[in-house]
Amino acid sequence: MVPLEWYIALSAVIFIIGVVGFLIRRNIIIMLMSIELMLNSVNISLVAFSHYLQDLRGQVLVFFIITVAAAEAAIGLAILVALFRNKAAIHTDEITEMKG
Amino acid sequence: MLPKIFFGYFAVAMTVLSVLIITRRNPVHSVLWMLAMFFHIAAVYLFLNAEFLAAVQLILYAGAILVLFLFVVMMLNLKEELEGDRFAGEWPIGVALGLSLLVLILFVMGSLTQGPAGQHTIEYITSMTHAKAIGTLLYTEYLFPFEVASLVLLIAIVGAIVLAKRRV
Repeated sequence: MVPLEWYIALSAVIFIIGVVGFLIRRNIIIMLMSIELMLNSVNISLVAFSHYLQDLRGQVLVFFIITVAAAEAAIGLAILVALFRNKAAIHTDEITEMKG
Repeated sequence: MLPKIFFGYFAVAMTVLSVLIITRRNPVHSVLWMLAMFFHIAAVYLFLNAEFLAAVQLILYAGAILVLFLFVVMMLNLKEELEGDRFAGEWPIGVALGLSLLVLILFVMGSLTQGPAGQHTIEYITSMTHAKAIGTLLYTEYLFPFEVASLVLLIAIVGAIVLAKRRV
C-alpha cells in the first residue's frame, strides 16, 4: 500500500511546478496551462484523501473543481483571443495599459 | 511492492511531464505534453479507485479543454514566439519562491495526522458501483452546489461568447 504522504508530496511538487511556470513564463497561453496544472495537482490530493479516508465527498469536490476549471479555461482563452485581436500581444511584458 | 513501483513510475513521469509543459518554447508542444500528463493523472485516479473521475478526466480535460487550448494556439499566429526570450527577466526569483514554498509544504507535511474513516468503504462502493455511489451523494447532499455549478457554466458560456465577439 502506497502511503498517503507520497500522494501529497507528488501533488505538492506538481503544484509548485505550476506556480513556477506561472511566474516565469512570458506567454499567456502557457500561464493558463500552468493554472490547469495547479488545479489538477489539487485534484490528485483530494482523490488521494478521499480514498484513504474512505469518504466520497473528496471526489464530489473534484467534480466541482473540474467544472470551475472548464469555465476558467473558456473565459481565459476568450479574454486571450480578444486581447490578441486588439493588441496583437500574447506576452505579459507587452501588455502595459494599466501601468498608469 | 508492485504498487510502489507503479506509483514511482507515475510520480517521476508526471514531474518530468510538468517540467516539460512549462519549459517548451512552442506552445503546441506544451499542449501535447499536457495531453500525456492528463492520461497519467487519469491512471492515478484509477489506481485510487476513482473510475468515474478517471473517465471524466479523459473526456473533459483531454477531450474538451485541451482541444480548446489547441484551437487558440493554432488560431493565434505564433511565429514570433519561436524566437526571443521564453522566460521573464525575473525568472530566478520565481524559481526561488517556488522552491521555498515546496520546502515549506514538505516541512509541514510531517505533522499530517489522518482523520477518522468515513462510511464509503471499498465494499460499499463495489456493491453500489462507483458512479451510483458518487451520484447519490451529488444529487442529495450536494444538490445546491450542483445547481450553482450549472450556473457557473452558463455564465462562462455567455461570457466567452461576449468576449470573443467581433466588436468588444
